[in-house]
Amino acid sequence: MSPAAVPGSPDGAPGPWLRDIAAQVSHGDVRELRGPLLIAGSAEGVGWDEFATVDLDGGEQRHGLVLEVDRDLVTLQVLESTDGMSLGGIGIRFQGRPLHLQVGTGWLGRVCNGRGEPLDGGPPVAGTDLRPVSGWPLNPVRREPPQEPVLTGISVIDALTTLVRGQKLPIFSVPGLPHLTVATQIAAQATSSGQSFRVVFAAMGLTHADIAYVRDRLEERSAAEELVLLLNAADDPVIERILTPRIALTVAEYLAYTEGHDVLVIMSDMTSYAEAVREVSAARREIPARRGYPGYLYSDLATLYERCGRIKDHDGSVTIVPVLTMPAGDITHPVPDLTGYITEGQIVLAPEIDARGVYPPVDVLSSLSRLMRSGAGTGRTREDHLDVAAQVLAALARARQAAELAELVGAAALSETDRSYIAYQDMVEKELFNQGQAELRSLEDTLGRAWAALAALPEQELTMLSTALLARYLPRQADRP
Amino acid sequence: MERIAGGRDGAIVRVSGPLVEVEGAKDLSMLELLALGPRSISAETVAIAGTRATLQAYEYTGGLKAGDRAAPTGGQLSALLGPGLLGQVFDGLMRPLSSAPLWLTPERAESAAEPTVLTREWTFRPEASTGTRVGTGDVLGTVPESGAVVHRVLVPAGVSGELSWLAAECRVHVLDTVAVVDGRNVSLAEPCPVRRPRPFRSRLSDTVPLHTGQRVLDLMFPVARGAAAAVPGGFGTGKTMMLQQIAKWSDADVIVYVGCGERGNEMADVLDGLSQLEDGRTGGKLIDRTVIIANTSNMPMMAREASIFTGITVAEYYRDMGYNAVVIADSTSRWAEALREFANRNGDLPAEEGYPANLASELAAFYERAGRVTTLGGTTASVTVIGAVSPPGGDMTEPVTTDSQRFVRCLWTLDRDLAYSRHYPAVSWTGSFARDADAVGSWHAANGDPGWAGRRARAAALLAESDRLAELADIIGASSLPGHERVALLGGRLLRDGVLMQNALSPNDGFCSAGKGAALLDLVLDVVDACQALVARGVAATTIEQTDLGPVLRAREDAGPADAAAVRARRDEVLKALEVLR
Ligand SMILES: Nc1ncnc2c1ncn2[C@@H]1O[C@H](COP(=O)(O)OP(=O)(O)O)[C@@H](O)[C@H]1O
Ligand SMILES: [Mg+2]
Repeated sequence: MSPAAVPGSPDGAPGPWLRDIAAQVSHGDVRELRGPLLIAGSAEGVGWDEFATVDLDGGEQRHGLVLEVDRDLVTLQVLESTDGMSLGGIGIRFQGRPLHLQVGTGWLGRVCNGRGEPLDGGPPVAGTDLRPVSGWPLNPVRREPPQEPVLTGISVIDALTTLVRGQKLPIFSVPGLPHLTVATQIAAQATSSGQSFRVVFAAMGLTHADIAYVRDRLEERSAAEELVLLLNAADDPVIERILTPRIALTVAEYLAYTEGHDVLVIMSDMTSYAEAVREVSAARREIPARRGYPGYLYSDLATLYERCGRIKDHDGSVTIVPVLTMPAGDITHPVPDLTGYITEGQIVLAPEIDARGVYPPVDVLSSLSRLMRSGAGTGRTREDHLDVAAQVLAALARARQAAELAELVGAAALSETDRSYIAYQDMVEKELFNQGQAELRSLEDTLGRAWAALAALPEQELTMLSTALLARYLPRQADRP
Repeated sequence: MERIAGGRDGAIVRVSGPLVEVEGAKDLSMLELLALGPRSISAETVAIAGTRATLQAYEYTGGLKAGDRAAPTGGQLSALLGPGLLGQVFDGLMRPLSSAPLWLTPERAESAAEPTVLTREWTFRPEASTGTRVGTGDVLGTVPESGAVVHRVLVPAGVSGELSWLAAECRVHVLDTVAVVDGRNVSLAEPCPVRRPRPFRSRLSDTVPLHTGQRVLDLMFPVARGAAAAVPGGFGTGKTMMLQQIAKWSDADVIVYVGCGERGNEMADVLDGLSQLEDGRTGGKLIDRTVIIANTSNMPMMAREASIFTGITVAEYYRDMGYNAVVIADSTSRWAEALREFANRNGDLPAEEGYPANLASELAAFYERAGRVTTLGGTTASVTVIGAVSPPGGDMTEPVTTDSQRFVRCLWTLDRDLAYSRHYPAVSWTGSFARDADAVGSWHAANGDPGWAGRRARAAALLAESDRLAELADIIGASSLPGHERVALLGGRLLRDGVLMQNALSPNDGFCSAGKGAALLDLVLDVVDACQALVARGVAATTIEQTDLGPVLRAREDAGPADAAAVRARRDEVLKALEVLR
């Protein structure tokens, strides 16, 4: 079959990628529909990873990506699902290249669906540049190692897992915990060198209630045209979620490296994203690695998360905060596990801490910011920051042991030192970690609270702090609570 | 790679990510490289069946179509090895990244075909005499590089005979002829296939330790030069930090750091860090003894698979010049995943967790390229291999971890609980082994430290005892234990926090000399002895527990990286302070 004539511009609301298309080839020979997959025959001349538009009889349009080319057979993954499709009456237009997106500052202030089509009643987002949504790997030699701290105004994060400009730092949570509250608080409050961020929020599989909450919390940022919202709701097409973070990151890269902005990308929920990847993999009957997830999930997630960073001799930065819910709270589940292997640390929320009424309920011992060592301390935040953080954590580890022991043998049987650790843990949680959902604390305040809590311990226990730092910062006995 | 034009071309029939099938390419051989499609992206032959062949492509295959050209090149995957590697960063196919563009688009495949390496000029200094007989591995001359490592130009493999011509001292490009041996032209650089081990004369059986500068390794789980070590650990347990510390501080001559499917920021960090740090032994910069191979997690997957072999081939190249090289691979699991990904796409029958059945033999082939040898040139040199393993879910029973354990001499298992309580390096003393420890003890005995083995044995016993007691104390409370056991508990803590813990970020503590390490361990063991003597004499354990032993714990931080004397002075002070308790 020779390609049919190139049709004119499509009806309906076109996605931002549909204009400005180079060459299109049309085919109508659909052989098989299976889950999200469409297999077309007689499709010579189609390249791997090409983007395609699928026209249904009633004028409806869907979209797909080429997963495999085998002689004249082409396997497409249909973003909007194959529901309602039949073998006849389908036209496919292959676009001669992978999916490209128009990028520009026009994205700021917009609200779109998971494929980048407007939901706000405005015209399709136009841009000044055309970029492939999958991006290209950044030459590692040209990366600038991230080192400027981002202050979120959230004590537990700023003190113990400092976020750094250009870092990827996920929030691991379980359903029911306030992870979206934390993520939106970061989005609303974060600054680096006093500058706030442009925010790109990619929602994947969120409930409408959650989406309404996010829109409400970030309303100000949206009105100021500092926010891009890409919303794929829980009842939106599942496979579309594979595209959503890629659109978000393509827009973010443009805003960062072409426009010179500091961009914060929040992607929630990565577990829903991974489930979409798994669904396609299962439809292709691929051999799974763990729990049905394909072996390439690590590399797939890496092509998203690795798009953060700073570039030598460029302004702008992309900081990524993925949010994910751990199925059954299991941190060894493939999604948190592979994420943790790629990201530069993790902020873990725990139900036990939430139950004690602490917000944000961060389990600091299993949390970590790997880049904190270059983003905090002398010349970055404060000279005592890294040592204080190390001491707070070490003392909490000890306090946890003491608390476990107290449960077994009773607090009365504890040594005096162990009892002071338990008092310390209480103070840290109440005075340092716990704070309001819209409360913005200065770093001075945060570190002051950390020192105040450490003062609950006998001084000889503070072995990670030098005598000079102790002399300068430890509240004197008389000032202690 | 040379390209044989013409009649052997075939056509692509199937593309599925990095897997490409071609039809009609004539006389292909296994591992032969082909150029695919209009951009000539390179791909390696992994299976041949009749007129059809299966290839693994080293670049993003987007846009490749059925019917596109597949042109055999006649060559195998090889790296052009010569002067100019040290201090540089390459991708998994050994293409320089320093000169590559900001975004690594596949278009680069063409522009990188002529690496800038070829146009650079070097000074060649002859070191042999014409008219003599020379054989493979003999030194023909040297080329100074920026650091302390002198590049030696050797007679290539398979060549021997009369040296009929040798260039006088001159400025040359890497492919210019500098010598003629048995009628064959020899230049500074040679293309070297990466999948085949470079030959050597014989393996050596004696043991010499590699000093890593990390106390828990050097004191408890030492690695020998030419051995292989694996570092399994869940995410955040400190694999990368440990490998980076070894890259910085181990007493090797050359480091090959392979970032295999890991983070881009980490590669930038390694490059930055090594460029700033001075090499204590030579006065140069550490980067001048280092070759970095970076195939990060978002770069093409099959080049990641190749990067491990590229790295080890580079290390063997320096070994053959007579150097002690260390290859650091972070992470071998990402390499194994690339193998799995390809095997799955190829429809191979999976063994465990989707990995191909030949996983163990692939791992063995990699680790077995480690060795301390007599080179063909007759010198003693080594390649030590240290590989990180990233077990999914921290599950140490998964295939890559269990298979790796079989082929290494050292296992440094990183423990999540230790890491969570910020005990770094989180090397588990119960889950690690060092199969050359006894031999290393003999080496120390013969080289001025007869106490090494005894010290290690006492430390191991103290750790085991205090672990046992800690479990007991968790049930009955420490205060119910007899005095000597409470001191053993305390001793375990001093040993863990004062000796085994090591802060990589600290200027004093990040690196530790053998002397300082021994002195720190002696400090703790002597303090424990003194405390035991006190309780035996009737002093209450509580009194000892409430004594400020901070000076013991701070010694590693207070004394300079090689200042054993300061640690010994600290010991005398602490022992004196304990005297008072009598
Ligand atoms: N020796 C050490 N000293 C201080 N901090 C360490 C040390 N080892 C690990 N860490 C901390 O642990 C974090 C994670 O270590 P990393 O090596 O990146 O883990 P992995 O590679 O196993 O995921 C580091 O960012 C650092 O904060
Ligand atoms: Mg790592």
